[in-house]
Amino acid sequence: MPVFGLLTICLTGLSQSDADYILKKVEKNMSSDNRVFESSMTIRGNRTSRTITSRTYSVGDTKSFTEYLSPAREQGTKMLKLENQLWIYSPSSDRTIQISGHMLRQSVMGSDLSYEDMMDDRKLTDVYTAKISGNEVIDGRKTYILDLTAKVTDVAYNSRKMWIDSERFVPLKEELFAKSGQLLKRTTLSDVIKIDGRWFPEKVVYKDMLKQGDGTEFKITSIKFNQKIPEYIFTKAALKQ
Amino acid sequence: MIRFLLKGLIRDQSRSRIPVIVVATGVTLTVLLHTYIKGIMGDTIEMNARFSNGHIKVMTKAYAENMDQAPNDLALLGAGKLLSDLENQFPEMEWAARIQFGGLVDAPDANGETKAQGPAMGIGLDLLSQRTQEPGRLNLVKSLVRGKMPEKHGEVLISEQFAVKLKVNPGEKITLIGSTMNGSMSIHNYLISGTVSFGSHILDRGSVMADIEDVRSALDMSDAAGEIIGFFGNGFYDDESALEVSEKFNSAYSGNPDEYTPVMKTLSQQGSMGQYVKMSDYMANYIALVFIIAMSLVLWNAGLLGGLRRYGEVGLRLAMGEEKGHVYRTLIYESVVIGIIGSVIGTILGLFFAWLLQKYGINISKMMEGSSIMMPSIIRARITPADYYLGFIPGLISTVIGTMLSGIGIYKRQTAKLFKELEA
Repeated sequence: MPVFGLLTICLTGLSQSDADYILKKVEKNMSSDNRVFESSMTIRGNRTSRTITSRTYSVGDTKSFTEYLSPAREQGTKMLKLENQLWIYSPSSDRTIQISGHMLRQSVMGSDLSYEDMMDDRKLTDVYTAKISGNEVIDGRKTYILDLTAKVTDVAYNSRKMWIDSERFVPLKEELFAKSGQLLKRTTLSDVIKIDGRWFPEKVVYKDMLKQGDGTEFKITSIKFNQKIPEYIFTKAALKQ
Repeated sequence: MIRFLLKGLIRDQSRSRIPVIVVATGVTLTVLLHTYIKGIMGDTIEMNARFSNGHIKVMTKAYAENMDQAPNDLALLGAGKLLSDLENQFPEMEWAARIQFGGLVDAPDANGETKAQGPAMGIGLDLLSQRTQEPGRLNLVKSLVRGKMPEKHGEVLISEQFAVKLKVNPGEKITLIGSTMNGSMSIHNYLISGTVSFGSHILDRGSVMADIEDVRSALDMSDAAGEIIGFFGNGFYDDESALEVSEKFNSAYSGNPDEYTPVMKTLSQQGSMGQYVKMSDYMANYIALVFIIAMSLVLWNAGLLGGLRRYGEVGLRLAMGEEKGHVYRTLIYESVVIGIIGSVIGTILGLFFAWLLQKYGINISKMMEGSSIMMPSIIRARITPADYYLGFIPGLISTVIGTMLSGIGIYKRQTAKLFKELEA
């Protein structure tokens, strides 16, 4: 699309369709039919730092199953997301609890991520109206700055600001705002690698701006796209196995 | 002289009956109001001290800043050593580590699926060790409604009202969904050993009491405690002594900028409760004072009316040659007798009604629904030594002063005009 040559020259001349195009390119990189990945999540609190490893299976943006592998206290804890429902299984109590209502706002394993953040996997173009507001260089990479404003009411963040790598179409930074305009979370993405023809950030640092601590570093240690995932994984029965 | 005055008062009931009734009524109300104020404020402070604030509380500085939210991520680490240090440094006080926590209690059905859920306010306290005084301090045994006290790890008490709401019984399992010290979700099973009722709406609507070691295990708080609370050995809060203890403890940590440094706060320094303690001292005295002044005005007025009503009698006595000073003194002696009789009757009646209110109380649980203040659902009066003499201030002093002021008129009467006045 020739307009991308123009983007870097004259931002004021860009339309909303260009912003939507950028978002779609981003979604093409970031989402997939299915994926299996292992990750480590390092939570840097004020007093302690903990690393939690997990394996996740996901299909589109509707099904996801995560099993925590370490440390011992979290080992065996499993989470299942089906559409807009979320269950958590605790091996120590042998109970499966559905997370709903205000519990969705709780932190996942003490990290800077909430269950609500995990749940809202809808396509950005379905939820937000995007507008290009400028450009900036981040870590030597040229980025488009996109301002996203919610066009639906059932959304955790009323507006977002995204810095999108202008060549790879991967977000490098994101700020999430409340309706009042208060900055709630800041995300920085790095270690962008090319896997199966798509650009993908291996490291994401989440910072809950209302929480003390130095944020949560989420690092993907291995990832495979378009794998065959058995259907039974996405059942409540799999939680207890 | 006194016998003569008494005879006069007994035989002429118009001189004694109404004044005594007015004095006794005023004194009864004064005593009753004072015991009521002392009762409601004292009970509220005591309940908060026992369940939440202690007479003294040790927390981290960061925890103390947000203590109303019980932020366990800012809890004391190495609580065992700190507790032992406090016991050695201040042996005159009783110390106990506690963890306050919030969460959701989930009651499972036979298939392990959620049957009912409700928000809970939990306290982790020493329920199982040999030397614990916590069950007695919180009157847990007497508060038991069903079941028994926890005897082993994993057993908890929940409030009866909460148990009914969740449709659970002693012997059944519940799951506590909370947040660990690190902010992770915690899901932990407990066995209900018994249900309790504390007579406070905020405690009864959803409280869970578990042994502190169980709470430590559930909330990943090994050797940690949200707070260490101290109580005076005699069970009564003494602000002056508490301040001395806290100053001594805090001086050892002064100048340490670490937000996790322990800090000691007395009951009167603990946020809204501190204000309540200070306010209660002033309030009880101010309310009593205002009421005493109001009653004094009433009784003073009664004294004045008495003096005016006896205008003719005084004139006649002066006309018969009785000295003005003698008439004045006898009126005062009479008012003293009336004041004493009225105050004694009023104090007895006031103490009797106060005793009824102390024993049976007034149930205000309906009014307390939805309240966030930890106060008893049954308001009771509290009789203190002051109540045995407090009523004499308006009862005796005001009556006498009223009579003294109205009696001044005696000295203004002129003998030459007396017969004219009497003829009229």
